[in-house]
Amino acid sequence: MSDKVQNSKGLMIDVRDLRKSFGEREILKGLNVQVERGETLVLLGGSGMGKSVFMKHLIGLLKPSSGEVFIDGEEISNMNESELKRVRAKFGMVFQNAALFDSMSNYENVAFPLREHRKDMSRTQIDAKVRHLFQMFSLDAEVHGQQFPSELSGGQRKRVGLARAVALDPMIVLYDEPTTGLDPITTDQVDEMIIEAKAQLQVTSVVISHDIASAFKIADKIAFIYYGEIVAFGGPHDMLDSSHPFVKQYFSTWREKNA
Amino acid sequence: MVTPNAHTDTVNAPTQNEEIPKPKIKSVEADSHASSNDALWVRAIVGLGAPVASFLSALGDYALFCKEIFYWLPKRPFRIGLVLEQMSNIGFGSLFIVVLTGLFTGLVIGIQSLVGFERFGAEALVGPATVVALARELGPVFTGLMVSGRSGSGMATELGTMKVSEQIDAMASLAVNPIQYLVVPRLIASIIMMPLLASIFTGAGFIGSYLVVVVKAGTDPGIFLSETFYWADPVDFIEGYMKALVFGFLIATFSCYRGYYASGGARGVGQASTEAVVFSSVSVFISSYCVTEILQPILHNIGFDALPL
Repeated sequence: MSDKVQNSKGLMIDVRDLRKSFGEREILKGLNVQVERGETLVLLGGSGMGKSVFMKHLIGLLKPSSGEVFIDGEEISNMNESELKRVRAKFGMVFQNAALFDSMSNYENVAFPLREHRKDMSRTQIDAKVRHLFQMFSLDAEVHGQQFPSELSGGQRKRVGLARAVALDPMIVLYDEPTTGLDPITTDQVDEMIIEAKAQLQVTSVVISHDIASAFKIADKIAFIYYGEIVAFGGPHDMLDSSHPFVKQYFSTWREKNA
Repeated sequence: MVTPNAHTDTVNAPTQNEEIPKPKIKSVEADSHASSNDALWVRAIVGLGAPVASFLSALGDYALFCKEIFYWLPKRPFRIGLVLEQMSNIGFGSLFIVVLTGLFTGLVIGIQSLVGFERFGAEALVGPATVVALARELGPVFTGLMVSGRSGSGMATELGTMKVSEQIDAMASLAVNPIQYLVVPRLIASIIMMPLLASIFTGAGFIGSYLVVVVKAGTDPGIFLSETFYWADPVDFIEGYMKALVFGFLIATFSCYRGYYASGGARGVGQASTEAVVFSSVSVFISSYCVTEILQPILHNIGFDALPL
């Protein structure tokens, strides 16, 4: 796959032959992933197959044992901390349980990155931006903003988490299992939220998931990780034609359930 | 080519050394038990070695954690607001228990010193003896224990909860360093508040001993106070403040370290909190002795020490 791609211009994320070992154990065995600007990539696969390890390489939290990671045309795996800080500013991250700061109100959670990094913005500008973000994700700044994260429902918390993640206008949003453990209705809302974020902000998205229904709804591309290797990569419907036994099994189980 | 050779040499060397004591031990023990002795020998090394290795590795992690703190300590932005918040939390929050425990420590030290000093007719020296004991040792150590129990467990629980619920990762993902935002303010606040709390403890203790020695036992208040002010020395307080400062550092770094690396949900957080209190408390006692040994010759040499102790 990587042979076709000679340079990474036009690509937001370009991962080439990424390998990572922890001691004796090789977790990632030569991954190749290309995501173009504005696309949504869903990483599917069971737990413990290396999805989270892969994601940590994208933001430079882990260094590859070998291989290259290009973000927006820059190779990041040999960068020092101050360069990485600049690259990480291009990312927004939405955590599985939203990971909102529970000592702060929801309003303060969304304002936190702005107050920390946008010294050029005045108080009123920050306030306007926070209100705009609340509105964008159909939350009420007056009502939900004054509440604390523990007072919100799971879906609302995810939306506040996304609002916080996109407050600094990132180019790439990473979602760590956004729909795991949610009821079907909330799952649907979160999927809508991801689609909406993509449409309104023109961001590139990477979603870690094992929820096939969500993946089909939101993905432009799906990468199927099986024990550190990408065994299927392409559009959602390429997945159904995959000949890999685990991918087949994964999808047939899902089809039986939804038949 | 040179390095692999050197490497194999160093690998070989210890194995040869290790093989030497083995036959000696076998020859001491009965021959028939040689094989089971071998297993015991191996088991003993593994049994004793594993906890030592894990302790050393934890110590190494702690040292790296402290290095990280010192890296971020002088970096902007300085978070004055967060430091003040923690100062209020650690200092004002602990004030009541420090005054209470200080008062009762003073009361009991007063009674016990009176019992002892009466035996050789030196009741007049109960005041200075109490102040020296409180300022040099009891004030900082007991305050250290109180702050370990209250603020140490609080820090470990709060940071541990943030860790297991990914709030610390979330903060890092927003390009705010969690060490700088969470740990540094707690460390600064703890270092500032510990000497203050220790002196409040000493003050409360002195009032306690005054109550029991003068008001209850009827010692002359003039003698009690004048002897105290005559014999007590600034160096007593300097030593106590230095200790409190060291305790403040140890409590904050141990507790934050345990919380910061907590894992495994609610159980992990509980364990972190327990270990934070145990390690901080033990470190208070151990470092108290070490600081005393280091400080006394120094303070004596620079001529502060007017006390014939």
